Amino acid sequence: MTVTAPAGARPRSRVAAARRRPGAWRLSDSIELAAAAASSYVLTWLIFGRLMPFTVQPAGFAICWYALFLGAYWGVARDSSGPVVARDRIMAVLISTGAGLALAPLLLVIGYVVYRGLSSLRPGFLLETMQLTGPLQPATEGGGMHSILGTIEQVGIAALISVPLGILTAVYLNEVKGPIAAPARLVASAMTALPSVVAGLFVYALLIVRLRWGFSGFAGSLALAILMLPTVTIAAEQVLRIVPGSLREAALALGGPEWRAVALVVLPTARTGLITAVILGTARIIGETAPMMLTAVGTKILNPNPFGGIQDDLPLFVYHQIRAPQDTSVDRAWAGSLVLLILVLLLFLLARAGGQGGRRSGKGTRR
Amino acid sequence: MDRNPPRGPIREGPGTPVTTETPRTITARLSRGDRVYRAVTTSAAATVLVTIVLITVFLVLTAIPAIQRAGWSFFTTTAWNPDEPSGRFGIAAMMYGTAVTGLIAMVFTVPISIATAVFINEYAPRALKGGLTTAVEVMAAIPSIIFAGWGLHVLIPFLDPMEKWAVDHLGGVFFVFEAREIGSSFFNVGLVISLMAIPITTSIMRAVLAQAPRHECEGALALGATRWGMVRTVVLPFGRGGMIGASMLGLGRALGETMAATLIFSFAFEIKPRLFENGGVTIASGIAIYFKESRELGLSALMAAGAALFLVTFMINLLAARVVDRAERAAR
Repeated sequence: MTVTAPAGARPRSRVAAARRRPGAWRLSDSIELAAAAASSYVLTWLIFGRLMPFTVQPAGFAICWYALFLGAYWGVARDSSGPVVARDRIMAVLISTGAGLALAPLLLVIGYVVYRGLSSLRPGFLLETMQLTGPLQPATEGGGMHSILGTIEQVGIAALISVPLGILTAVYLNEVKGPIAAPARLVASAMTALPSVVAGLFVYALLIVRLRWGFSGFAGSLALAILMLPTVTIAAEQVLRIVPGSLREAALALGGPEWRAVALVVLPTARTGLITAVILGTARIIGETAPMMLTAVGTKILNPNPFGGIQDDLPLFVYHQIRAPQDTSVDRAWAGSLVLLILVLLLFLLARAGGQGGRRSGKGTRR
Repeated sequence: MDRNPPRGPIREGPGTPVTTETPRTITARLSRGDRVYRAVTTSAAATVLVTIVLITVFLVLTAIPAIQRAGWSFFTTTAWNPDEPSGRFGIAAMMYGTAVTGLIAMVFTVPISIATAVFINEYAPRALKGGLTTAVEVMAAIPSIIFAGWGLHVLIPFLDPMEKWAVDHLGGVFFVFEAREIGSSFFNVGLVISLMAIPITTSIMRAVLAQAPRHECEGALALGATRWGMVRTVVLPFGRGGMIGASMLGLGRALGETMAATLIFSFAFEIKPRLFENGGVTIASGIAIYFKESRELGLSALMAAGAALFLVTFMINLLAARVVDRAERAAR
């Protein structure tokens, strides 16, 4: 930059015209980006196609192109704007790449499950079992009705156990604040660390082997309840914590007993948040496979009784079918995955809608 | 305030006697309903407390016979024949597998999570921010069996030619790349596990980094910093504690992850530095596979392995929760 005229003599209009916005993306920036991409592509092609004796693999080509692109882009940006800006540009590329690497699997997994699942999912999948279906029959034979029923029963029983227990514990932690509040809170956070397979192993060793219950869907429900309990407790406690204290005080000042203040004021105020907590806990356990392998085991036939005998559920269905050597079984596994994924996403949307409703009516936000 | 009533005895009228100064004692008499309410909630909290104590005590008690029989070799033996009369068994191979797959998962998870968190907070257009945050939460909700199946059927076949190339060309130079058979290796299992650790780590990191003080960010920009300069000098130093804690929570999840290892590994009780070679075992997948054929002592040994795993994940979660908590409190 050269300054010719003395600063005081510069006309106003020229100052306004020369206004620079350092953060703005200019045309020359796009040209630099495109040029760096093009030159590195050509260089990669030269290396792979002409110089080296490698067989061309698309992935190797892409990695090489990306590395050369970084170098070329750095050089171009440094040449035009200096090293500080060049570093900024390179880091922007790297950070965007990292975000892409994290989010690409999400899209690819959902896309793949939908694509593979739709090709073998049909109404019969929801109505038939695998009882009469051999390994060599096409994927359109048989279905996962027994698994869906098992999932509903097992998750339902687990929720029946852990939701009241979790919410009551949350009430104790946040409203009663009794002497065992501190250890109970520590223990609830310890339970989130419990690996799901260890929960399954505990139920297996204690109830199924030691107490001779035998395998059953109910044993699986107990393992799931152990896993769901801390999620519900901690989420519910966070919801109760944002209920304004003035509401509680107003209820007590009216002369009501504590339990009525909690039952008629605190819990209804926190209702949407509590529903979200329950749904999040359900979504957490509905896809659990490992503890169910040790407790419900899985079967090909319909067992509507969760209290006796082995029972199937959707994660187990997917697990057993996807391990099978036949392509038809794998197709069926993807159909099962699609049903499972739809259930999880539905729960997620429900939780989300509940959370939005709670937020809109001014009950604060969950962290 | 002038209008305070004069201290001392209160006269309520010409005829009323002077009231005494002792304040009315307030006693909280619990009604019967309140006693029931307290009893019910207390017993719920006690149930939670007792459950986890029961689990821990039962794990430890059941684990004792196996540890007594094997002694210290329980932590150094790689074989697994607990139910044979003089069989040797130990969790060395399992611990090695858990640690290595966890570390490989972290090698991918930590940088990708930091980049994603920074991208969502600082780089993404405002219209995209909410959507990206939701996407990360959705990813955390997808069942691990689906990630594991996708890894087995899509990701690993896709990476296979690259791994083959690396093994063929680099295997002679670095022993890490040596392999006879590739496909179901520590590396691949760790990679698939990282898919399940990334969403948790990212969402916590994003929440912590979002609390970076805005005026300091703007100060950095006003002093002429580029966007990366602002991130490097304000956002990242501010969020260091939270990023460490989030990574540890991700590690806790990765260590306890079962399905990826169960589906992908071809089981082998070995300690080997060759990360691309087939075969391995982790504590979680070992439990899932061997529980059925285990009799008394085998189950005891599995319980010991499970207790060791729980102990490690518990310590990690406790530390991480403390670190994240302190980072968030410092922000307020």
